[in-house]
Amino acid sequence: MNNKIEIKKLNLHYGKFQALKAVDLPVGENSITALIGPSGCGKSTLLRCINRMNDLIAGVRIDGRVLLDGRNIYRHGLNVPELRKRVGMVFQRPNPFPLSVYDNVAYGLKVAGISDKDRISQTVEGSLKGAWLWDNLKDRLDKPALDLPLDQQQRLCIARLLAVEPEVILMDEPCSALDPIATMKVEELMLELRKKYTIAIVTHNMQQAARVSEYSGYMLLGDMVEFDLTANIFTNPKDSRTQDYITGRYG
Amino acid sequence: MERHFDTELDQLKQQLLKMGALVEAMIDAAVTALIERNADQLKQIYENEKQVNGLQISIDEDCLRLTALYQPAAGDLRFLLGTSKINTELERLGDQAINICEVVNKLLKEPQLKPLIDIPKMVAITTDMVRDSLNAFVERNVDKARAVLMQDDQLDDLKDKIVAELTEFMTKDSGSISRAIQLILVARSLERIGDHATNIAEDVIFVVQGRDIRHHAQDM
Repeated sequence: MNNKIEIKKLNLHYGKFQALKAVDLPVGENSITALIGPSGCGKSTLLRCINRMNDLIAGVRIDGRVLLDGRNIYRHGLNVPELRKRVGMVFQRPNPFPLSVYDNVAYGLKVAGISDKDRISQTVEGSLKGAWLWDNLKDRLDKPALDLPLDQQQRLCIARLLAVEPEVILMDEPCSALDPIATMKVEELMLELRKKYTIAIVTHNMQQAARVSEYSGYMLLGDMVEFDLTANIFTNPKDSRTQDYITGRYG
Repeated sequence: MERHFDTELDQLKQQLLKMGALVEAMIDAAVTALIERNADQLKQIYENEKQVNGLQISIDEDCLRLTALYQPAAGDLRFLLGTSKINTELERLGDQAINICEVVNKLLKEPQLKPLIDIPKMVAITTDMVRDSLNAFVERNVDKARAVLMQDDQLDDLKDKIVAELTEFMTKDSGSISRAIQLILVARSLERIGDHATNIAEDVIFVVQGRDIRHHAQDM
């Protein structure tokens, strides 16, 4: 398997606090990689480094390398908006715009200056199909997105990403606001999306990491304690700290 | 942090050890009856078997329930899988004790064919193997489990020797055939007891290290 992303010796400081300590992480192409670990371990911070979301935070200092297709995304002169198009993010709370379903999905295209209505319609349909929403919503495209149930809102956010044709999808606790059935739908969608996209997910739900990911990394206090096949992490972790966490003995 | 799950796992372990002790006592009583030609203890073996059968079912129920309710991972998951497998081995050990019991009942009705020499040697080895495999489980002791595996070949050699010797008896004297067959069945049961102890030792290595060494799945 090719690595779509390779994080090498990444250090991140928030002022004097070091949140990431020489972290290495490979993210395989067309696979799902999960980051697990207790609150404050640095997993969301690490995820946000992959599309430079941390740049927005004052006082952040980052060194080390994050290679996307072999090129460092922290190199001088990189076009950050272009990077964020290639590497999209889904957040904990669904965050659709206060617009219609259609306009949510079309938003990215319009921002990119595309005005061809047929093209936009095709992309909206394709993206909603890709997020398994088309059959539900094709007759209600003008409905306000904020009126949708939460799991549909979350999948709408995924459709909104798909419309700008990303290569990598980052998911930060994408199911924590969802009930078990809605969670299952999003997980099934992730397994489908994996065929075309590279996915990295941060989750507190260890069963979710076990169910959907091929590889898992366990983080603690800014360190990548252990990275391995998910099947190995959940049956025979090498590090006793990983064992303690996934069996619930930690803390 | 103390987990309620740990208490459950510990109770399960105690049940398995109780079953192990009952099975060890069954084997011990059966081979003692054979060697000493004394049927006094045989009744107790059947009493133990009922308890062993009951424990087999309740241990499997607990393994299923704990797996469903706690969704165990890593060492906990291996412990539950291993316990379920050892549970099966223990029940089969009990069955072998019963098999020996039935042979002894038949043999005691006839005069002794010959002094027993190699069968007591097999008894000594199997008794060690069963005890050590269970101790390895209690102590999570991989070295002790490996030592059990090493003993199995000796047992196979002794069984082959016994079969050859008794075949000679049967060839020379047809009057010895029924007793010789019974003794061969005893040797066969003892060999199987060694196999079950070996399986338990392999399960212990899996539980402790997560390594599957059956059929040389990994180099030892």
